[in-house]
This record gives sequence, structure tokens and C-alpha cells, in this order.
Amino acid sequence: MKDILRYSFYEMVRSRWVYIYTAFYLITTISLWLLSNDNSKVLISMTNITLGLTPLIGLLFGTTYYYNSREFIQMLMSQPLSRWNIFISVYGGLAITLCASVLVGVGLPMLFFGVLQTETLSIFLILLTMACTLSIIFSLIAFLVAMRYDDKVRGLSISILIWLTFAILYDGVVLLLLLVFKDYPLDQLTIGAIVLNPIDMARILIIMKLDISAMMGYTGAVLSTFLGKTWGTGLIILSILTWMLLPLLSLRRLGNHKDF
Amino acid sequence: MKKVWFSIGFLMSVFSALAVTRQVCSSCTHASFHEAYDVSADGDTIMMMGGQYSVENIVVDKAITLIGKEGATFRAASGGEILTIAGDGVTIEGLTFSGVQTNYLKENAGIRIRRSKNFRITNCQFDQCFFAIYLERARHGVVEGNKILGNAVREADSGNGVHAWYCDSLRIVGNVIAGHRDGIYFEFVDNSFIGDNYSYGNLRYGLHFMFSNDDQYIGNRFEDNGVGVAVMFSRRIEMRENNFYKNWGNAAYGLLLKEIYDASIVSNTFSENSVAIFVEGSNRIQYDRNDFIRNGWAIKFSGGCEENSIVNNNFLHNSLDMLVSAKLYNNTVVNNYWSAYAGYDLDKDGLGDVPYYPVSLFSYVMNQVPESVILLRSLFVDIVNFAEKVSPVFTPRDVFDPAPKMNRVL
Repeated sequence: MKDILRYSFYEMVRSRWVYIYTAFYLITTISLWLLSNDNSKVLISMTNITLGLTPLIGLLFGTTYYYNSREFIQMLMSQPLSRWNIFISVYGGLAITLCASVLVGVGLPMLFFGVLQTETLSIFLILLTMACTLSIIFSLIAFLVAMRYDDKVRGLSISILIWLTFAILYDGVVLLLLLVFKDYPLDQLTIGAIVLNPIDMARILIIMKLDISAMMGYTGAVLSTFLGKTWGTGLIILSILTWMLLPLLSLRRLGNHKDF
Repeated sequence: MKKVWFSIGFLMSVFSALAVTRQVCSSCTHASFHEAYDVSADGDTIMMMGGQYSVENIVVDKAITLIGKEGATFRAASGGEILTIAGDGVTIEGLTFSGVQTNYLKENAGIRIRRSKNFRITNCQFDQCFFAIYLERARHGVVEGNKILGNAVREADSGNGVHAWYCDSLRIVGNVIAGHRDGIYFEFVDNSFIGDNYSYGNLRYGLHFMFSNDDQYIGNRFEDNGVGVAVMFSRRIEMRENNFYKNWGNAAYGLLLKEIYDASIVSNTFSENSVAIFVEGSNRIQYDRNDFIRNGWAIKFSGGCEENSIVNNNFLHNSLDMLVSAKLYNNTVVNNYWSAYAGYDLDKDGLGDVPYYPVSLFSYVMNQVPESVILLRSLFVDIVNFAEKVSPVFTPRDVFDPAPKMNRVL
């Protein structure tokens, strides 16, 4: 298992797209910092960028990586190895690389600019954790999509569709629902809406630190207690874990039944 | 002028030579305040030595100076009113007042000043009094350096820290006021000055003006009140160099303006309030060189605001800069610095070449559906905001800063 993991990690690291991805984060973070000279400002901008980008890149890399290593996986199948081992290791290499890219691209420059000394440290940590979590979740989903559909074009377009849904359309639908049902109590609906979308959850965790607290007075009682109290954060974390666990389980099921 | 001062000083020294100082303590000549007060004349000083005195409904109508030595406490015997000043020229210094209980029929206070002038209340402490200082038709008085700490839990059964009604020319300076309904309450109070106070943790307002004209409040700090300052139905109020910090709650504003005219709001700092300024029906108000930092909304205009000018302010990292619920007429918004401004300055004159529209579509939506706060900073909202900015449909086209500053106004 370790060997496969190491091999797939090296395979990823050898790809120049990973470097371009990392370099993009590096350049953005550094140039934002040079422009504003203000850690909290950089963090706000980087939140917007990473929350949109990590799921997209996770999905794209995930699908293409699976298609590229299909022959390798098939070759491994002929060895006395469990299917679960093969799939989780190949996927693991991808996930580790993606997380490393974010950590190096966003984390390193911020550390260099002294984020540890400022009060924005907690936002910084949440941002990094959530960026990694989103990479993990969405590359896993991409893996599942690619395993399900052998046709590359189809797999890729479905991945992009998933990104569009979670990153943009979902919020639009939620906003529409809120507007349509504005005469009713909406607390439960909004909490449900947040918990069902990992990108929204990541965003909420960060803006809870940033500015939602200032707007608390304007939200309903249930919602503000949800956002303010620890059990709200607990629920979000639980939901994120579910978002990782469920795809993992289906990876296992799909992997065991996959017919090449 | 020097001569005048000198002769005043001389006269004062003559008076003080004539005046008598009486000490009150259990082992002194006078064992109670009443004993000392009955033999006092105008200009005398009564000095309460340390210890607790159980008193109630004292009426002072001679121009005495009442000084509390360390630990001297007037405690309301049965929870009623402690001290009423009904004469001119009374000074009260360094005393502690406590134990005035909530009463639904009478507004009992630690010190009540009734129809008097030239009073001074300095360095006193008020512990858990229903009302602490109650000024009623008082004039030319000073309330300075007091520490007023209440234990208000509900608005309905709590009183105000400093309550002024039909007063003129007051100076309320350097007090610390917390845990009351309103920190400072002004009703029909004119020509007064409120400076350097620290008002925090009050249930309703840190400072409250009703029907009061020509007042100034300068250099105060309002923190964590229901609403920092509420100015209502008043004219010509000057608000300068105050600090409004973390006023949030159910209807939480840093500054609430309702039906006020000709005011000036200059060099204040509003940080981390739900709404920094909420304005309703207020005309001819000048907003100048204020800093709005990390508020939910910086300014929220309700209906009927005319001829206001918002010039040279800094809007820094507010979640939403402005909301305008109704049409604004003849308002000037120009030369502010907006941290969210993304324009350019090609002619290098320090002013952006494209206008800034502070009212975003999302701010509009949030006003209708508060729950949509969860979509703040989401990609979808950014896209919609951008689309709205390019071709406004819902947001007012007439509210914009034609020449925003490129750098922060200092």
C-alpha cells in the first residue's frame, strides 16, 4: 500500500500542472500581500479564491488523474493486492499532492509575512484546513465520477457540472428559496442549506470569524445561535466528515465491483 | 482679566476661611449626616469619613460641599431615594451611593437634582442604583469622573445612569457608566457638553437624546450597548471624535439617527457594529472624516433623508457599505475612501476615475431576507453583484461616489 501511495505521489509531483497550480497560489498570495500589506485583507481575498478554486482543481485533477492512471490500476489488479488498497493508495497520492500545493502556495508565503503574530491566525488556520478538506472531498468525488464513466469527455463534463452546481448554482437556488419563502421562518431551511454543501460550510466557518458576527443581529434567533455557538461548528465539522466518509464508502463499493 | 481672577480668588479664600468643615463618623462630633447638616450654613463642608451610612430621602438645599472620604457609603435604608439637591451651588465629591431599588411608581435615584444650578457631582460611585443621577430642571452643573455601575437585566425594570430632563448647560465629563437602561439620557436638554465618557454594557442606549438641541458630545467611547448612541428629534447636535465599538444585538446600531436636523458627525470611529449608522428622516447632516471599520453595514438610510453630505470618510472592510431603502434627494456622497473600490486613477490626482456604487444588490436582498446572510461572500453573490454593478436594475442608480479617494483619508 505504501509503495503504491509513494509511486502515485511521485507520479503527481512529476506533472507540471501541479507546479503551475502551486505557483498560481504562490503568486496570487504574494502579489495580494504586496498590494495591500495587510494580512486580513489577503486572507479575505484568498478565501474567495481558494473556496472557488480548490473544488474545481480537485475535480479536474481527480478525473484526469484517474483516466491517466487507469492502465496502471489495471496492471496492479493483476497483482495479489486488495482492490481497496489499490484505489485508496492511488487516490491518496493525488489528495496529498493537492493539499501540499495549497499548503505551500497559500500557507508558506503567509507564514513568511508573519501571520502567526496577528489575530488573523485562526482565520488562516481555518482557511488552510478548509482548502485541504475541499481538495480531498472534491478530488474524491472526481475519482468516483471517473470510475463510473469510462468516457473521458463525459467524466470531465460531469465533474465541471458538479463544480458549477456546488460553487454557484446551489447558492443561487438557496437564495431563490429564501426570497420565495421569506414570509416564513427560514432558520431551519438555511441551516439545512449550509450543511448540505461543503463549499458553503467552509465559507461559513471562515466568515463566522470574519464578519458574520457583526451581522448577527439581523438573522433570526435560531440561526444566530447556530452560527454563534459551538454546536453549530460541531455540526458543520460532523457534516464535513460525513462528506468525506460517504464518498470513501462508495469508493470502496465501486472499487470492489468495478469491471474493467 | 487677571485682576478679576485674582479678586475672585481672594474672595474665595475669604469665604473658605469663614466656611466650616464638619467631619462625620461614629466617633466624631457629628455621628450622622443630619446632625452635621442641621448646623451647617451655606459654604460649609461636610466630610463623611469612611463607613456605611444608612440614609434615605435627604434633602439638601444649602450650598454645602459634601465630601466622602475613602469608603464613605450612603446606602438607601429601605431601597428608596438617597439624596435630593434642591438648592444652588451644592458640591458632592467622592461618595459612594448604593442600594436604590427598582420602583415602578417612583423614579428613585442615588442623587436627584431638582431645579438647581451650579452643582458639581464629582468622583462619586454609584453601585447598583435604579437611577444613579437624576437631573430635573437643573442648569449649569457638572457631573464629572463618576463611576456608575448598574445591574440592569431587563429594559422594563431598569433606570438610566445619568438622566437629564429639562436641563440646560450641563457638563457630563469623564464618567464610566455601565449596566443601566440608558447610560446617559437627555430629554429637553440644551446647550450641554458630554465628553470623554465611557458607556458600555447598557441595555438600550449608551447615550440617548430626545428633543434636545445644541448639544455636543466629544471623545466618548460607546461599547457593547444595545445601541451606541440614539439621537432623536433633536437639532444641531455635534458629534465628534467618539468611538463606537461592538454595539451588536437584536436591533444593534452604533449610532441611530431619527428625525434630527443640522447635525455634524465628524472624526468618529465606528468599528465592528452590526450597523454603524442607521438614519431615518434626518436632514442636513454632515458626515466628515469618520472611519467605518469592519461593520456589518456602514450606513443604512431609511426614508426621508435630504441634503446630507458624506464626504472624506473611510469605509474599511465593511461587509456592506451602504443601504438606501428609499430615494435620497440632494445628498452628496463624494471623495470618500472605499476599501472595496476597484477603480483606477489614470490622471494621478488621487481620485478614482470611475464612480463607486456603495449600494450592492446583495445588501438590498439582505434587507429583505436577513437569513441570506449565510450567502455573504459566496461566488454566486459576487457574480450577481458584479452583474448588477455593470447594469443596475434593482439598486439605486443615483447613489454613488463620483470621485472616490484612492488612498485612506487621514
